[in-house]
Amino acid sequence: MNRIIDDRVAAELVTASLLTIVPDADVGSLGEHTDLRDSLELDSLDFLSFVEQLGRRSGRRIDEDDYDRLRTMHSCVEYLCEHGMSRPQP
Amino acid sequence: MAEFRMPSLGADMEQGTVVEWLVKPGDPVRRGDIVAVVDTAKAAVEVECFDTGVVERLLVGEGEVVPVGTPLALIATEPAAAPGEPAPEPMPEPAERVEAEVRVEPAPRRPRPRPVAAVPVTPIIRKLAAEAGIDLSTVHGTGRGGAITRHDLARAVHHAERPAVTPYARRLAAELGVDPAAIEPARAGPVRAADVRAAAPAEPAPPPVASTVASTAASTAATRAAEQRRTTDMRAAIAELMSRANREIPHYHLASTIDLGTAMAWLHAHNRAVPVAERLVPAVLMLKATARAAAEVGELNGHWLDGTFHAASTVDLGVATALRGGGLLVPVLRDAAATPLTELMYRLRDGVARVRAGRPRSSDLVPASITVTNLGDLGVDLVHGVIHPPQVALVGFGAVVERPWAVDGLLGVRPVVTVTLAADHRATDGAIGGRFLHAIEGMLQRPEEL
Repeated sequence: MNRIIDDRVAAELVTASLLTIVPDADVGSLGEHTDLRDSLELDSLDFLSFVEQLGRRSGRRIDEDDYDRLRTMHSCVEYLCEHGMSRPQP
Repeated sequence: MAEFRMPSLGADMEQGTVVEWLVKPGDPVRRGDIVAVVDTAKAAVEVECFDTGVVERLLVGEGEVVPVGTPLALIATEPAAAPGEPAPEPMPEPAERVEAEVRVEPAPRRPRPRPVAAVPVTPIIRKLAAEAGIDLSTVHGTGRGGAITRHDLARAVHHAERPAVTPYARRLAAELGVDPAAIEPARAGPVRAADVRAAAPAEPAPPPVASTVASTAASTAATRAAEQRRTTDMRAAIAELMSRANREIPHYHLASTIDLGTAMAWLHAHNRAVPVAERLVPAVLMLKATARAAAEVGELNGHWLDGTFHAASTVDLGVATALRGGGLLVPVLRDAAATPLTELMYRLRDGVARVRAGRPRSSDLVPASITVTNLGDLGVDLVHGVIHPPQVALVGFGAVVERPWAVDGLLGVRPVVTVTLAADHRATDGAIGGRFLHAIEGMLQRPEEL
C-alpha cells in the first residue's frame, strides 16, 4: 500500500533513525540544511546503519545511488515524501 | 583445571578491575561465553572465557584491581585432571562458595547453613550485623582465620540490598529498553546480562522519539561523571602509548595514491545485488586488501620485542576507531586475511558498534599485529600515522575522492585514495614498505578476489 507521507512524519522517521545510531544527538537543533554526516560525525558504517533504519521504517529499499539525497534533514524529508512508503510505521 | 586469567586488553594495559562476575562456582561455561566485566583505563570490557568446563572457584572478588595475567578463576575443564597429576589447587573452601551464593541469591535469600562457630566474629561486628539484618553465616570473612571484618560486612550489606539484577544487566537493560523486572533468569540467581540480551528484541523496537530523548537525557546526566573519568583515563593511556611510540620508534613514512575505479564499480554492483544489511563499505575492501598484503609482506606484520622482530602467525588487524565524545579504541579483526569479505564486514560492524557503545568484548581487544586508521570519513586526504608499539606498522587511508587521473594516456575522472604506511625502521627498510603498499594497490585492482 503506497501512500504519500507528510513532512512531519518523514522528519520523525529521520530523527528516530538517527537516534538509534547517535542516541544522545540533539537532532532537533540541527538546521534543515545542515549536513548530517558532518554534524553528527557519521562514518560510513554509521551511515549504512542510518540507511538500514530509514529503509526499514519507511518500508522501502534505499539504493546507494540515492545516498546523496540523504545529506540533510530537508533533503531526507523531500526524498521520503517523494517516494512515499509502502508500510508506514509511526 | 584451567586458570582464567586477567587478559591483556590492549598493548598499554597493565592491570584491570573485576567489576562484575557473570558466573559463579558450579556454573558450566563454554569457550566464548562472557564470564566477567573488567574495567580498564579505556572501557568496561566484557571478558570471554577461553575454556569449556565448570567454574570451580572465583579467585578475585568484585572491585579488586589485579595485574594482567593474574588468575581470576579456576575452571574445571573436561575431562577432569588427568589421573596421577597432582591437583593444582586445593578443593574450594566452603567460604568461597558461600561468598558467591550471598552475591547471587535473589530475595528472599536462602543462605546455605554453615557452622557459625567456624567463623570468629567480634561483638561489634555481631552488633552491626544484627542492625543491618545480615545473617553472619552467609558472610565470607577475609580477616585472620576467616574472621569477618567491617569491610566484609559492608560488602554483605551492599549485596543484600542489591536487587536480583546485576548492575551490569541493569545498565544493559536500560540501553536496550528492556524491563529487567520482567525477565525470567535462565538459571537460579539474579537477572544477568545474558538474560537481558535474550529478552531484548533482536532488532530493538524504536521507542517513541520523545521518550527516547527523555530517557537519554536522564541517563546522560547519571553517567556523565563516569564518562568524564573514563575520558581522562583514556587520554592518559593514549598519551602513554603514543609517547612511547615517538620516543622509541624511528618511523619512516611512505605514501601511494591508488585508483579505486575498479574497486568502487565492483562494490556498487555487489551492493545493488544484496540486501541492505549485507552491503559492504569501501573501508572493508581496504581493510581486507591491507590484511592480505600484510600476510604477503610478513615483515610488517608482528611485534618488536626485546630488540628483535617477532612475526605474527596470522594478521590480526586493528581498526583504529574514534569514539563519539573523544578518544580511541582499536577493535581487532582476528585472522582478517583469511576472513571472507562479508564476514569481515559483519565483524567490523559488530566490533565498532560494541566499542562505540562502551561494551567491547575481550575478543575485540586482543593484541593486533598491525593497525589501520581510516580518516577518510572525516574528509582527510592523507594520514601520517604513529605506530602502536609493539607493532611495527600503521596503515592509513584517507578519503576516497574523485580526481583527474591518466589511464593509458587519456585523462579521466576516477575515485582515488591515498594510502600511507608508517613503519618501524628498526624492523624494516623502505623497500619492504614500498613492496607492501604495492601489494595493497594490486589487491584493490582485483576486488573480486578479495
